[in-house]
Amino acid sequence: MSFGTLTKDYRDKKLILNLVKVIKEEFSNDSYKFMHVCGTHEDTVTKHGLRNVLPKNIEVVAGPGCPVCVTHPEKIELALRLLEEKENVILTTFGDMYRVPSRYRRSFSHAKAQGFNVKIVYSISDAIKIAKENNDKEVVHFAVGFETTAPSTASTLLQNPPENFSIISAHLTVPPVLDYLLASGEIAVQGLILPGHVSTIIGSRAYEFLADKYKVPQVIAGFEPLDVIIALKMLLEQVKKGERKIENEYERVVKPYGNLRAKKLMNKVFKQEDAKWRGLGKVPNSGLDLKPEFEKFNAIIKFDINLPEITKDIEDGCRCSEVIKGLAKPEECQLFRSVCTPYDPRGPCMVSIEGTCAIAYKYGSLSLKSN
Amino acid sequence: MNTEYIRLEHGGGGKLMRLLIENLVIPSFSIKKVEGGTGLLEEDDGAVIPIENGYLVLTTDAHTVKPLFFPGGDIGKLAVCGTINDLAAMGAKPIAITSAIIIEEGFPFSQLKRILDSMNSTLMEVGIPLVAGDTKVVEKGGIDKIVIATSGIGYTKDPIFDSRLKPGNLIIITGPVGRHEIALLSQREGLKFEIQLESDVKPLWSVVELALKAGRITSMKDPTRGGVAGALNEMARKSNVNIKIWEDKVPVDEEIRGIAEMLGIDILETTNEGIMIMGVAKEDAEKVLKAVKSTKYGRKASIIGEVEKGEGIVILETSTGGKRIIEEPIGSPLPRIC
Repeated sequence: MSFGTLTKDYRDKKLILNLVKVIKEEFSNDSYKFMHVCGTHEDTVTKHGLRNVLPKNIEVVAGPGCPVCVTHPEKIELALRLLEEKENVILTTFGDMYRVPSRYRRSFSHAKAQGFNVKIVYSISDAIKIAKENNDKEVVHFAVGFETTAPSTASTLLQNPPENFSIISAHLTVPPVLDYLLASGEIAVQGLILPGHVSTIIGSRAYEFLADKYKVPQVIAGFEPLDVIIALKMLLEQVKKGERKIENEYERVVKPYGNLRAKKLMNKVFKQEDAKWRGLGKVPNSGLDLKPEFEKFNAIIKFDINLPEITKDIEDGCRCSEVIKGLAKPEECQLFRSVCTPYDPRGPCMVSIEGTCAIAYKYGSLSLKSN
Repeated sequence: MNTEYIRLEHGGGGKLMRLLIENLVIPSFSIKKVEGGTGLLEEDDGAVIPIENGYLVLTTDAHTVKPLFFPGGDIGKLAVCGTINDLAAMGAKPIAITSAIIIEEGFPFSQLKRILDSMNSTLMEVGIPLVAGDTKVVEKGGIDKIVIATSGIGYTKDPIFDSRLKPGNLIIITGPVGRHEIALLSQREGLKFEIQLESDVKPLWSVVELALKAGRITSMKDPTRGGVAGALNEMARKSNVNIKIWEDKVPVDEEIRGIAEMLGIDILETTNEGIMIMGVAKEDAEKVLKAVKSTKYGRKASIIGEVEKGEGIVILETSTGGKRIIEEPIGSPLPRIC
């Protein structure tokens, strides 16, 4: 089956516009605001210009859905110090982490320009390959991502990686941060679009405690434009009927208990710990740290590097902590576009190409709508 | 500029590179063009030098590529095509090229011969000579294997500039988008795909020559680094018009689209080495399209958009019925993790 046949129906203009028409007819009286928590959802919404298609009374805002954006600068600084202080280190990183500044606007990209050995990889297995090819060097992989990438990190560590390989774990998990946000009472949304990729791993049941605790409508959605529109319709129906449940629009992929094998691997290798999210603060039980039996792969312990304390994780004037909560739009921040740009980002939402501000900068559709 | 040293992104063909050129490179030179022609300030694909009975067009490029040999081409073919296509984008018939080759100590003779043969066969295809050259060798580690710089000279009666789009013009693209960059990425990163992907690197003079005869081309640009997004933005900005692009009309090979989406790369920002973007007078558009399609390298050409009054932005009407702005890329595209 070709890629096109897999996605064609979910991008069908007629189907999408028809469904939008139905939504317009049925839900024209009130204003609605929904939050998704996934960079890929924001990419879908923006890349396909969906905000431009939806009626003005239905708003979709982006929550903390980009693992790169919310990676705390302390972790980046740690990797940079490792490069500076230890000889013979190769740092491997995913492409979207490459330009993310820690503090003082320095990033892996700057480190590479200064002569440090930084390599962009597509997966952790590429990092392993580099370690095997360079056994006179230490390869440190910057392991970042939600439950989507954590299982492959776990699986790699369980398959006897070479001795010169270790990781800095910056992995984070999604349900705890939703819990944290909803508990804060700061996000005024009527429902959540839940991330399809993460849910593929953790399953739809993983969000049930949120539905019980906060009585909020939630729909797991896929990543094609029609997926998002269907999910919105399902949320609107729930709001209308006064329901507060978890529904699964992405049934073709997401199962109630998720990927059991992937979850088992994660549990073997990682333990939950409190973790700092850039722009949000410390979120209980949201980080994944290596269990003691995997210490020899923990670069922080292996190289005895101290975690630098960075209390100020965004710059003055940056409204990323509001953007991440859906309280402000990128265009409402005075730094946006004027001084804060993808090539000189001042806050987490601009740093990764999955960040809300970066996507708004790149695709500009938010401003197109307000015009 | 906040950084004091060059980062890789400064060479990515995006906004960072433009700012470097505009803020540092161009201001460093006092005489920027030949009287009566165009030069540095126009930042076009080549400079225009008036002569009796027409214009000479002069262009220069340095080429590095990893890997040196890739499906569909190699650094030699790339160097020759890059220069020929820059001349073609100015509407100029290529006359001759020169090349300077810098080689790292230890580079195998056999590979150098392969590269030179490839340059020769590309030049033979277009029927132009290489008339001068320079060869330098640097110590091991001085450069990465080999760098080729080529300059080319061409002739035209009516040079075509990337700044002359007019409202009402239609936009033609001569072939599918994204093939060079995706083919290289898949080689460079050892990504294993079942399909063999080939770079689109091609000399485009034959395509442009026929197109010029078929109708009025107002503006042209080859979307190399920075891709279609970069080229369209540059044309829109310099011409002070808006460009509207219909996403479902942009030709993209299905497997290339799939891989680009999988890697999280915007296909409109990927480098191409064998396609041209043309602004064409509306009434001539079908004629030009037909001419382009009749050529070997233009079979998949398509009219992808139109030029409107405006202040220099590029708008995409998405295939799902939405609308968004296509921004100028920042640097080279980087893959996403999820």
